[in-house]
Amino acid sequence: MSESKTPAPSMGAPKAGNPLLEVRDLHVAYGGIRAVKGIDLHIDRGELVALIGSNGAGKTTTLKTLAGLVHPAGGQIRYEGGELHSIAAHRRAAMGIALVPEGRGVFARMTIAENLLMGAYSRSDKIEIATDLDRMYALFPRLAERKYQLAGTLSGGEQQMVAMARALMSRPRLLMLDEPSMGLAPLMVQKIFATIRDIAALGMSILLVEQNARLALQVAQRGYVMESGAITLSGAASELLGSDAVQRAYLGT
Amino acid sequence: MKANHKSKLLLAALVIALLLLPFITDALLGRSWVRIVDFAMLYIMLALGLNIVVGYAGLLDLGYIAFFAVGAYCYALTGSPHLALAFPMMFPAGVHLPFWIVLPMAALVAGGFGVLLGAPTLRLRGDYLAIVTLGFGEIIRIFLNNLDAPVNLTNGPQGISRIDPVSVAGVSLNSTQHIFGIAFPAVHLYFYLFLAFTALVVFVSQRLERSRIGRAWMAIREDEVAASAMGIDTRNLKLLAFAMGAMSGGASGALFAGFQGFVSPESFSLMESVMVLCMVVLGGMGNIAGVILGGILLALLPEVLRHIVVPAQQALFGRTLVDPESLRMLLFGTALIVMMLYRPAGLLPSRVRRRELGADEPAAETSVYDATH
Repeated sequence: MSESKTPAPSMGAPKAGNPLLEVRDLHVAYGGIRAVKGIDLHIDRGELVALIGSNGAGKTTTLKTLAGLVHPAGGQIRYEGGELHSIAAHRRAAMGIALVPEGRGVFARMTIAENLLMGAYSRSDKIEIATDLDRMYALFPRLAERKYQLAGTLSGGEQQMVAMARALMSRPRLLMLDEPSMGLAPLMVQKIFATIRDIAALGMSILLVEQNARLALQVAQRGYVMESGAITLSGAASELLGSDAVQRAYLGT
Repeated sequence: MKANHKSKLLLAALVIALLLLPFITDALLGRSWVRIVDFAMLYIMLALGLNIVVGYAGLLDLGYIAFFAVGAYCYALTGSPHLALAFPMMFPAGVHLPFWIVLPMAALVAGGFGVLLGAPTLRLRGDYLAIVTLGFGEIIRIFLNNLDAPVNLTNGPQGISRIDPVSVAGVSLNSTQHIFGIAFPAVHLYFYLFLAFTALVVFVSQRLERSRIGRAWMAIREDEVAASAMGIDTRNLKLLAFAMGAMSGGASGALFAGFQGFVSPESFSLMESVMVLCMVVLGGMGNIAGVILGGILLALLPEVLRHIVVPAQQALFGRTLVDPESLRMLLFGTALIVMMLYRPAGLLPSRVRRRELGADEPAAETSVYDATH
């Protein structure tokens, strides 16, 4: 793929022994309803980790908690060696945690260019932002053609590209994708996943939440299976793909 | 270059026209119309302030007139003999602070009330926020109505009268002044004062719209979760929008009190909030020129009707069949329905809304410089 030749914005963080993100015994509750019941997970630098599970398993809640949009009821989240607990969502974004929210969350009445520039909101290095913008257009040529079109007028797949490019504009060190395949045509899903693979190949650490278990495990190195608020299985993606439990529950074979 | 020159000429022509406006109005329509134009200016200021909250940040505020009330009462209490009633020992002659102290104070107090309204409603959006703000507006009005006991702070429904006129550099605006041999009646002087403040609000709005803050507001308006994930401090920026809008409302309230010389709770009813919101929506949410146009149209409409409807009916039927007030509501309602059908984005929609409806092609690129400054 020609897109992968483009140098990405400083995605190649060196691998280190300690994980980039480490979650221990995380609990999240909405009112009285416990959505996440004590999960443990970690992401190493440069790793693509999939979090799979059915509807309502608590995957999105987990991501939102990591992004600081939801406050946990208990547990620890360590990122780059520091505790995230008391850090507000907008500060986490500046610390390199980028979330591509479920349903994409593009700024519909802003142009693609404006959307991407909003991604660089926490940055002040104008020249670097301009080069990153060009990199994004190289990574997503379809967006380059439509720079000044309102994001709300794009197709679902194109909006997903906008959301991903916008997240990358913040030069994240951890990219979290929430259901990137949701509501997309199969061909577009293939395209989006190819791009995710490309981004990962450049060394980006990615946490991918998906309902489409097979696709997610095909691109990921490791995976976690979440069921009603708890992690029931974890391991290398290839093992999970082959495991009977996953086969039966999520892959329908 | 040529276009730049042309726009400068247009601006100069506009400034001259505005400076001459009170004299032209006076000569053509009479002194009472200059007063009507003055009120229209106050409405424009209010609408521009509300535009920050509703148009930029997308926070639907149905109690906006409360900030106008706060500003007006700030001026009324600190620029009239009224406080002598409540605290005869402390202020035997009432409080008479100079206008240039009262005005920023009124803006700040109103801004404080804006934060007070904003803080508990941070998690609310759309209809829910509208309901709470509507309640807030009513609470302020009812407080003003009832705070004449146990200590007579607001004088209740009777309102506060004998408010000091605005005086600039020792010159009272309430009497005719002669400058270079030209007589400037009070309404003309107030017009220039209001014009200056409207220009200031326009300037501030324009700067905000193109600033980092303005773009952050737009992102919040479009998608709050995504905005937060982009590193935007949604809490502080929403509070800032409330405060900025409220400050503009408070300042115009103080100007209103000084101009009118009298304030009472009935000037701050829910209908006024609705009216100001209609100015914003009708004119074009988020677009300064549109909001100004909306303000002018809706502020002048009742007056035009009052001057046309009754004489016209008298001439035609020899008596008044429909009173102008109910006709105003009828026309107003019809106009809003027609607008929603044919120009849903307002008379002068904002750039983005226009593009959204496919009316024009994007002209210039957003440069990175624009986007980061």
